[in-house]
Amino acid sequence: MSLALVQEVAPMIPNMVGAGLVVIGGGIGLGKIGGAAMEGIARQPEAAGKIQTAMIIVAALLEGLAFGALILGA
Amino acid sequence: MKVALKSITFFTLLVVLSIPFSAFAKGSIETTTAKGGVKGDPVNTQAEIKEYIQHHLKDSHDFHLFSYFSENGEEHHVGFPLPVMLWGENGFTAFMSSAFHHDDSGEVVVEKNGSRFVKLHSKIYELNAGQTAVQFDADHHAVNASKPFDLSITKSVFGILVIGLLMLFWFSRLAKQYKSKKVPTGFGRVLEPLVVYVRDEIAKPNIGESYRKFTGYLLTVFFFIWILNLVGLMPFGFNVTGQIAVTAALAVITLVIYVFSGNKHFWGHMLWMPGIPYIFRPLLGLIELVGTLIIKPFSLLVRLFANITAGHTVVMSLIAVGILLQESLSAVGSTLVSLFLSLFIMLIELLVAFLQAYIFTTLSALFIGMAVADDHHDEELHDEHGEKIEDTEVIRKSFS
Repeated sequence: MSLALVQEVAPMIPNMVGAGLVVIGGGIGLGKIGGAAMEGIARQPEAAGKIQTAMIIVAALLEGLAFGALILGA
Repeated sequence: MKVALKSITFFTLLVVLSIPFSAFAKGSIETTTAKGGVKGDPVNTQAEIKEYIQHHLKDSHDFHLFSYFSENGEEHHVGFPLPVMLWGENGFTAFMSSAFHHDDSGEVVVEKNGSRFVKLHSKIYELNAGQTAVQFDADHHAVNASKPFDLSITKSVFGILVIGLLMLFWFSRLAKQYKSKKVPTGFGRVLEPLVVYVRDEIAKPNIGESYRKFTGYLLTVFFFIWILNLVGLMPFGFNVTGQIAVTAALAVITLVIYVFSGNKHFWGHMLWMPGIPYIFRPLLGLIELVGTLIIKPFSLLVRLFANITAGHTVVMSLIAVGILLQESLSAVGSTLVSLFLSLFIMLIELLVAFLQAYIFTTLSALFIGMAVADDHHDEELHDEHGEKIEDTEVIRKSFS
């Protein structure tokens, strides 16, 4: 790897690491939401519709946060 | 048979209508390639693809359909021009975007109304007085030009106007049909269940009793976003919901609605939250104020913009795989790979198009619902069949 390439890539590393961390955090959050919703539906299948709506709303709020961080970071 | 006849008429009409546009395009002859090279030169395919995707995601001043190279190596663009309206140093100026001859690098100078204009990276610049050509600094920014106030009918504005008029036509016809009959006919049958869905599943549960006042806005924004998302996925379509200005405007409308319809409970709970120690109340009030006025609309606008932009980028990158793998997999193999990949991502994008419209509408309804909710603290609880639910304290006492 040449020095010029290192100099070109090095300033981008904080952004990349930040984007990766945001995606990891968002992934954990989405996994928890999805898992909890699945458990809820399995326990009470007749409430599936309501649980799904709430799940989508919470997932959207989380997604907005993650996208906001990605856009501000990029 | 009737359907077949209709589609034949439609396609004939389409072909007839597109003749003048292609004639126009042939009239405007272009330079050989965008980079100023000659056809046949080795090109950096990856850089070209990146540039193409970035160009696709941007708004433009003319409606460009496709380009092709004729036998003598000239590049032809097929599309139609859109009006450019500017408010610059010499007042209002209007001309058609064909005056720029598809130039995007600031080479063609248009002189109108005493001012000189150039187009640079999809933005129109006004040259300072006395200047005849645009000059660049080291970072390729124009140094002797300024941006006029651009009121042009760009591709996005054109798309918004077309879809707006189409929606006005569809929904006014649907509304008129209820005067004479109970069940709508034609395209109204497609729209009616969606309208009922937005009213019963989004507006009613999230807003509560006063849902009627806001259902009009929610329906408008739902269909507007959904139809424009779908149009963005179509070939020759326009990527309107991927423009951050459009989503910002939609979020600001939602903000205005819930700020101005907020009742005194909403503002009271926000600025002077009951039930917590007094010293924390100003702090929490500040946090709530920032959250309500800035973070909520910001997350609304960023979610829609980023989802649509990311989707378009993924689809176009997968299509570009076909071009990049052409040498190793041959033309047929690479086309099959990119078709296979992009087909499934397109299906996901169809879902995302609906989901984002649903999310935007639901969250708008939720925010409005928070603002107009009544104080229910000391009311009796009811279950979904309207029967009274005993207070937990009462139930607990009956056991002891």
